[in-house]
Amino acid sequence: MLSVRNVEVVYNDVILVLRGVSLEVPKGAIVALLGANGAGKTTLLRALSGLLDIHDGAITKGEIHLGDTPIHHLDAPRIVSAGLGQVLEGRRVFAEFTVEENLRVGGHTRRGGLTEAIEEVYELFPILKERRRRTAGYLSGGEQQMLAMGRALIAKPDLILLDEPSLGLAPRIVGQIRDIIAQVNARGTTVLLVEQNATMALSIAEHGYVMEHGKVVMDKPAAELLEDEDIRDFYLGRGDLATSYRDIKHYKRRKRWLS
Amino acid sequence: MTTLLQALVTGFGQGAIYALLALGYVMIFKATGVISFAQPALMVCGGLFSYHFSEEFGWPFWPALGAAVACGALLGAIVERLALRPMVGKPVFTLAIITIGVDVVLRVLANRYIGSQAKPVEYPGGNDLLEAGGVSITHQRLGLIAVTAVTLVALALFFRYSKAGLAMRATALDQETALAQGIRVGVMFALAWAIAGGLAAIAGTFIASGSVGIEQSTWLIALKALPAIIIGGLDSVPGAVIGGLAVGMIEALTAVYQPDVAPWLGANFALVAPYALMFVILLVRPYGLFGTKEVERV
Repeated sequence: MLSVRNVEVVYNDVILVLRGVSLEVPKGAIVALLGANGAGKTTLLRALSGLLDIHDGAITKGEIHLGDTPIHHLDAPRIVSAGLGQVLEGRRVFAEFTVEENLRVGGHTRRGGLTEAIEEVYELFPILKERRRRTAGYLSGGEQQMLAMGRALIAKPDLILLDEPSLGLAPRIVGQIRDIIAQVNARGTTVLLVEQNATMALSIAEHGYVMEHGKVVMDKPAAELLEDEDIRDFYLGRGDLATSYRDIKHYKRRKRWLS
Repeated sequence: MTTLLQALVTGFGQGAIYALLALGYVMIFKATGVISFAQPALMVCGGLFSYHFSEEFGWPFWPALGAAVACGALLGAIVERLALRPMVGKPVFTLAIITIGVDVVLRVLANRYIGSQAKPVEYPGGNDLLEAGGVSITHQRLGLIAVTAVTLVALALFFRYSKAGLAMRATALDQETALAQGIRVGVMFALAWAIAGGLAAIAGTFIASGSVGIEQSTWLIALKALPAIIIGGLDSVPGAVIGGLAVGMIEALTAVYQPDVAPWLGANFALVAPYALMFVILLVRPYGLFGTKEVERV
């Protein structure tokens, strides 16, 4: 479905942020992408969805294919039309718009069938139907996350990129969001889930990638990642060691990750 | 009382012109974050388009107005595409300076067309007066108020219900998120400029069909829309309309009452009055009456 091969991204012509990232997201799967702040996760998503331009970034090497379509040279609107949707970090709902207006904006690239698509989203998120005339800025964090996901689903993407959907949400709501992601996936949408909350991400993903300093440093089935000693130490906070991923020097010394 | 009413009616008519121009400024500012100083030139060009269609081609007033609006919109979109689009992402200050350059270029071209003779457009019914209760208004002014009202309603419906209108509002709120929804942000910028060009053309046409027509100094009228947007709030559509009308009425009321009430302010204070009001508003509400108050966490 999504194939990223050896992608390099440079900001402002000089700052190399992604150093040859490769990953595969099979059709129908949920794949998790883990990493600490500054690892390059969001940059990778921008590269996938064509949003690098607006941040003065550019793909300088590598290829990205969505199915058989090369998308690394396409602009954001064309990538959306090609079937890739994205929920940006921090939800980014249009705060002054009503819930329904937000959903209508999500259907910008659709030709017809918008009302039915909105009804489908309401089916998935009944709370949004109740709040359809409410201003989006006044929704709770969890409701805004649902709205952001619903808005991305209106365009009927084959693949949806979720950037930190659990960010700033209460644990109970995180569980709810996790169930919704599983539900969206069960309806046929492939998911690339970028998270710092590794427990949540690995609990629903089939496969996981770990990024550090602009590189993929580990890549295993989710079940194996959950059992991995380093992942337990640095991402799940369940290891025997007293260190955490904040102890970054210790972390970087584990060269075997890069082998 | 009749004097007051007459001043208000006159001011309302003039204010409608300022409101149309102010709306153009706000459209561009909301979509791109830039104050366009090219509005005066777009207004003059719009008036000249109408003149050309009606006087040179012999078209009746209303089709000439429609064609001028289309040409004004096209001119706005061309300006955006050629002068502004390549500079997307550059500091807003740079873009504002570019619009001054565009204004100068367009006005030089317009002045060559105008020459030494004013270019008037004839309004059907000319200066016939409609009188009621001692207050009179010309048919031309009534036409202007009606056209402004229809334009405002059409714009409100466009922004509320159309796909492009919603996309424009979304772009104004958050460009990156708009892009992520598949909205072509560049097209939205061009659309904002096109709408501003069309609005300026309506204003220009009604100025041309007023008492003197389009002269080389007519562009100065568009500067009155600047206090209008500062009063109403740079990013507020209703603010632009109310600000425009307020400037028109303040001007008219000052012209009528100031010579008697405050003669020490000198002659022609009416020309300064909108700026004086803008100064007061800036002191009390720097973001305008309806503008968005910027709050920054420090």
